[in-house]
Amino acid sequence: MGSLSFERVSKRYGQGARAVPVIAGLDAQIADGEFVVIVGPSGCGKSTLLRMVAGLEDVTGGEIRIDGRVINGLEPAQRDIAMVFQNYALYPHMTVFQNMAYGLRIAGLGSHEIERRVGHAAQILEISELLARKPRELSGGQRQRVAMGRAIVRQPKVFLFDEPLSNLDARLRAQTRLEIRRLHAELRTTTLFVTHDQVEAMTLAERMIVMNAGAIEQIGTPESVYERPASLFVASFIGSPPMNLLRNWAAPGAATGASTAAALRDVLGTIVPPNAVLGVRPEDAVIVDSPPFNGLWPLTVEVIEMLGAERLIHGRVGTEAIIIRQEASRPAPRAGQQVSLQISPSKLHTFDARTGRRVENAAD
Amino acid sequence: MVENRPALTVLTHLTLVLGVVIVGFPLYVVVIASTQTAQDIVQNAPMSLWPGDSMAENYRVALWGGVLNNGGRVAPAWPMMAVSLASALIIAFGKIAISLLSAFAIVFFRFRFRTACFWLIFVTLMLPIEVRIGPTYSVVASLGLLNTMTGLTVPLMASATATFLFRQFFLTVPDELVEAARIDGASPMQFFRDHLVPLSTTTIAALFVIQFIYGWNQYLWPLLMTTNETMLPIVLGIKRLLTGGDAGTDWNIVMATAILAMVPPAVVVLLMQKWLVRGLVDSEK
Repeated sequence: MGSLSFERVSKRYGQGARAVPVIAGLDAQIADGEFVVIVGPSGCGKSTLLRMVAGLEDVTGGEIRIDGRVINGLEPAQRDIAMVFQNYALYPHMTVFQNMAYGLRIAGLGSHEIERRVGHAAQILEISELLARKPRELSGGQRQRVAMGRAIVRQPKVFLFDEPLSNLDARLRAQTRLEIRRLHAELRTTTLFVTHDQVEAMTLAERMIVMNAGAIEQIGTPESVYERPASLFVASFIGSPPMNLLRNWAAPGAATGASTAAALRDVLGTIVPPNAVLGVRPEDAVIVDSPPFNGLWPLTVEVIEMLGAERLIHGRVGTEAIIIRQEASRPAPRAGQQVSLQISPSKLHTFDARTGRRVENAAD
Repeated sequence: MVENRPALTVLTHLTLVLGVVIVGFPLYVVVIASTQTAQDIVQNAPMSLWPGDSMAENYRVALWGGVLNNGGRVAPAWPMMAVSLASALIIAFGKIAISLLSAFAIVFFRFRFRTACFWLIFVTLMLPIEVRIGPTYSVVASLGLLNTMTGLTVPLMASATATFLFRQFFLTVPDELVEAARIDGASPMQFFRDHLVPLSTTTIAALFVIQFIYGWNQYLWPLLMTTNETMLPIVLGIKRLLTGGDAGTDWNIVMATAILAMVPPAVVVLLMQKWLVRGLVDSEK
């Protein structure tokens, strides 16, 4: 009904020698009914990719298919897609009803069918009582719903969302996130959702595509991306606070001569090659009540941030800065204190320092 | 900032009243003169500033034409007013239609020499009709359009000002709106009709007022190209009355005609006042 596939899709702006490549040879398959989130920092090409699916940007190379049909050259209206814009892009001079009905009217549907579809969508989104209003009389959240309503009435094969939550305040954003999930569970329409917010990506996605600099870093379920990041970029981008990355742990310490490597010799000696970058999630390090000995990391506590249910402990292992997340119910260390960290070798991520790709270590 | 000093208030009001008098007095003289007889105006120097009793008679003669006591013949003003009204309306609507479309092309389409086109239009702002009136006349004459409504209106229709105004407004229309319409399947002309024109209503209304008055007040162009009585606009009609020959000028009729000529633009301004201000001031339409 609505599968979407990218084959060697590329995008360049400009021509000849001055061309600026934005997306270089990208492959991905999205199954019918799937909710896929494209996440990445601004400028990574994620919005460009979405706009290429929508037909608002030309495809420089490769093929985009919906249900096996190449859509590269089709007009946006012929692609069987619907898009929700960041600023909603509601027609300001039309009522909510007219906004939602406009596309159907252009498509030449009968007025009964239009009323039925708009009424149904309005009912799903709980905006039935707003149909006669103009967009300027609506709140941000209501406009957002109308924008979704305009997408739903088209009954497209693919929904495209371009950062639709970034104009909402934090509370409304969390609520709308849930509603989008609920909506997707009800309609089961293939959805491509672009965001730069990794929390949004983690909570919404069935599968996520992490993009950086015009290329895909990793495709996978939120769990697999979080637990087994494929690259240093993914490791640092997904998760808040981000994964601790120890890049220079093998270098000798500046003043004292006590390098991180010396401190960790017993722990890491056999598992990790010295040129690898080490990664540890803040919640995977546990402070234990025993002096440093074989298998434990020595941590010097520097700053403690209390967040309510949990606290963040900033400190150093040797010369490397580390953040640890700890439940608030556990006893808090004091600033300046030396404590021991227990990190299961299976929770240790290693990355090739040169390529930035994940190295599967022996403990896995 | 706002000070409450009685002396200052009095001064402010005096200044404002003085301004109103300076603007209003000539108009008052015109109105008064249009209520007196020709003899009253000429014989009493300076003329009386109190209304006379021939108002109805003067306006009847001015509007419907007739023979005066002194034997002078007056041509009726109403056909000339009809010509003025028709040409002002055609010019105003024509200007709006052409400017809307050319601004639409310049802002929303990517074609070769797009910027050059815009500047070409913009440069004509610096060439008022007086400068190009010779060539324009020769073109219209060789097309055989002298003494026609087409000849009276078409050369005045292209408007850089209006194009520029619409361009500035169109530039504020967010790209996402255009894209949403594209996804909804609207063709360029459907987008123009369904979105741009409704969004431009205040600008259109403001322009209509300005261009209607512009068209109504045209003097030089009709002076050159109309030789036929039936194509004479009212502004020229007033001028006709001034060359009364031996009989001298019937100032009461001239003034009545002047007032008649002022009424339609004033009505347009009064009716569209709200829109005029909103269209020119409001950035959030």
